Amino acid sequence: MTTPLLSLQGLTKAYPGVVANDHVSFDIAEGEVHALLGENGAGKSTLVKMIYGLVKPDSGTMLMRGQPYAPSEPRAARADGVAMVFQHFSLFDALNVAENIALGMENPPPMGDLAARIREVSENYGLPLDPYRTVGDLSAGERQRVEIIRCLLQDPKLLIMDEPTSVLTPQEVEILFETLKKLRSEGTSILYISHKLEEIRTLCDHATILRLGRNVGECTPSETSARDMAELMVGAVLQTPERAGRAFGPVALDVTGLSVPSPSEFGTALKNVHLTVRKGEVLGIGGVAGNGQDELLGALSGEILTTADAIKFNGQPIGRLGPTARRKLGVLTAPEERLGHAAAPNMTLTENALLTGSVRENLETRGFLKWSEARVFAERIIKSFDVRTPGPENAARSLSGGNLQKFVIGREVLQNPEVLVVNQPTWGVDAAAAAAIRQAILDLAAQGTAVVCISQDLDELMEISDSFAALNEGRLSAPRPTASLTVEEIGLMMGGAHGMEVAHV
Amino acid sequence: MIVLEKRPQPSKAWSYATPLVAVVATMVFGGLLFAILGKNPVEAIGTIFWEPLFGEFSFYYRPQLLVKGAPLVLIAIGLSLGFRAGIWNIGAEGQYIMGAIFGAGVGLAFYPLDAWYIFPLMVLAGAFGGWIWAMIPAFLKVRFGTNEILVSLMLVYVAEQLLASVSLGLLKNPEGFGFPGSRNLQSYDAAHNAELIAGSGMHWGVVAAFVAVIFAYVLLNRHMLGFHIRLTGEAPRAAKFAGVNPPRLILFCLGVSGALAGLAGMFEVSGPSGVVSIDFNVGYGFTAIIVAFLGRLHPIGILLAGGLMALTYIGGEIAQSQLGLPAAAIQVFQGMLLFFLLAFDLLTNYRIRAARSEVA
Repeated sequence: MTTPLLSLQGLTKAYPGVVANDHVSFDIAEGEVHALLGENGAGKSTLVKMIYGLVKPDSGTMLMRGQPYAPSEPRAARADGVAMVFQHFSLFDALNVAENIALGMENPPPMGDLAARIREVSENYGLPLDPYRTVGDLSAGERQRVEIIRCLLQDPKLLIMDEPTSVLTPQEVEILFETLKKLRSEGTSILYISHKLEEIRTLCDHATILRLGRNVGECTPSETSARDMAELMVGAVLQTPERAGRAFGPVALDVTGLSVPSPSEFGTALKNVHLTVRKGEVLGIGGVAGNGQDELLGALSGEILTTADAIKFNGQPIGRLGPTARRKLGVLTAPEERLGHAAAPNMTLTENALLTGSVRENLETRGFLKWSEARVFAERIIKSFDVRTPGPENAARSLSGGNLQKFVIGREVLQNPEVLVVNQPTWGVDAAAAAAIRQAILDLAAQGTAVVCISQDLDELMEISDSFAALNEGRLSAPRPTASLTVEEIGLMMGGAHGMEVAHV
Repeated sequence: MIVLEKRPQPSKAWSYATPLVAVVATMVFGGLLFAILGKNPVEAIGTIFWEPLFGEFSFYYRPQLLVKGAPLVLIAIGLSLGFRAGIWNIGAEGQYIMGAIFGAGVGLAFYPLDAWYIFPLMVLAGAFGGWIWAMIPAFLKVRFGTNEILVSLMLVYVAEQLLASVSLGLLKNPEGFGFPGSRNLQSYDAAHNAELIAGSGMHWGVVAAFVAVIFAYVLLNRHMLGFHIRLTGEAPRAAKFAGVNPPRLILFCLGVSGALAGLAGMFEVSGPSGVVSIDFNVGYGFTAIIVAFLGRLHPIGILLAGGLMALTYIGGEIAQSQLGLPAAAIQVFQGMLLFFLLAFDLLTNYRIRAARSEVA
């Protein structure tokens, strides 16, 4: 056997209270695309941070082409030919592409030379990009290109990519994969982190699966079914949510010509959004992050007021009503950001139950709070939704992401909403909890609630929604029945490749 | 190397212990300071904390504790509501002055009429004076997004100029032989905020302070508005999601703190001070900020902190006269109290851990 490019041997890293990586060993061969697969919290990020020199392992060694490799900082890792594209971009909006790339370099060449280099590399790998465009004007996919080109300029031996497709449309994913395949053919190894199984099956040569910090299996993705990989990843047999066939009632939520500016400077304004949701129907709204999802949720929750007639509930205009009045009517929402928006981090679960539950659960009389009832309500959420916590007197921030998400969704579901709007209901949640949340949403719909589910997880939307629409730059495509949609059509609804040139490889 | 590690949730024990630890640390380092100044530290600390309560002349100093503590508590309670919501009224001193001017102005307008309704009217006028002065930063913030810290602070200096102006003009005692300052309200019975029990120091301002403590406690712990105030401070976005109307909350918090500061000024001018004069204000409005934080923005805590602060004031004065400690040293001593409190406060949310150096 040939020497692998990078060999990890018994890497262990513990944080207070949790072992993030427990004796993880595997090899990355030269010129392969190696998938690192695992749920949120499985230890993928810690592992790549060790490879990239951001975190030092407690024990274990790494060998690069047989030589000891122990980067003390990212700079050392880069010097050894390791480059990384992070999930969250670190780019300055106000600078242009070349300036952004120069900022990350040790000894940037003159701007003219650099721009020429950027052009050359980007053409070579099918990622056309104008070095003089301002980053603020680029789409998410184009920003990712900037990050990738920044890495490619270093001529890396190993390129680490952390969940690269979470910000891309299916068409953009195609382009990215062409680039990665070209890199592989030139001998660059790629460590590809994802939990999207189909992607891994099409792209990767080899996969290592992490669960709770341990290496629980390796496989050749093209020869393994997605279901088998998922069960390795989760460590249990997966429950697929059940949906009973059901008839829809009359229209409960009717949004017509909704246009609102974004409250935040870098937000996306909603432009002439139309949608209707019938009782018992789940409308899935897809789209790449930052295309107006937060604004749509805000407009529906009452945090952003609109013209009265833009939003109607059972025929009644509610556009001018604030969140409390809408809750009274039965229009409930669960925002994406758990800490700080859906819940107050330092407040107890009882207080957080009160946060949205006071009106419908009768937790106040003439402004005076009924703490014991609020506590009972919090306990009911904890019990019904299997929230792992010692009790309702604990602060929201002490809960893990998945547990808090169950609490936040459970809080709204238990209030028997007429209309429920959720944004990213299973973001950062482990598979078992995600399945429970999806089931709860479907059960609610079966009881006649009109549900709007905004999500970036297309698989999730395909699984639970009856009709599908996509947000793209603040515009919503016309909703269509989910059953008849193909991936290509969905991609086009999400804005296709956003006019990005297709790879010429 | 020492690292700070965020606790999964705030430590209850530390949140109660930090004020005590801060007081002890202040005693230790304050003592050190006094020792450097060549005074006996034990004697100096003893004079500040012991003398006013149990010393030879405590019969005189104990009522003074109420007189000095009441305005501090009254103002700090109002400030704490805003501070809880992240609304920073730094101009209580100005609102205190305006309350005194409005209250005294109404009283003097009736002079020499003797009627039962004069004092209640003065109370209302005092609250109104503070309220309207606080409404200026509130309105500017809501309407134009100005910074309430700067506006409220700058209005203190405007209020001081106004105070000087009325002391020399509008409210000047016509029988005062040309000296600046108003008639003494202590000698005008209908407007005098007299002691309720002679020699106790207990005047209407003290009663108002206790009422404010209870009112604030109920508001924060039992009422939706108090919950919304706390929620806004903890997580503004979550508060908006919960249905809080931020402009209304700003108007409420600044309004209440202004009105309470105005009341404090009114009770002071009609009682212990008696006279509207150029040097009427002595910094209660600023010290109340310390009191509010020393009391952890909690009504009961503020009550205790107000008492403690009054103690250091009176004890400090005794130490100045008996031991010859410079006034600046006493101010440093009071400043230390806030400094140590804020420093130890960190331990509520963080724990200190020794750790190997690591790039993380």
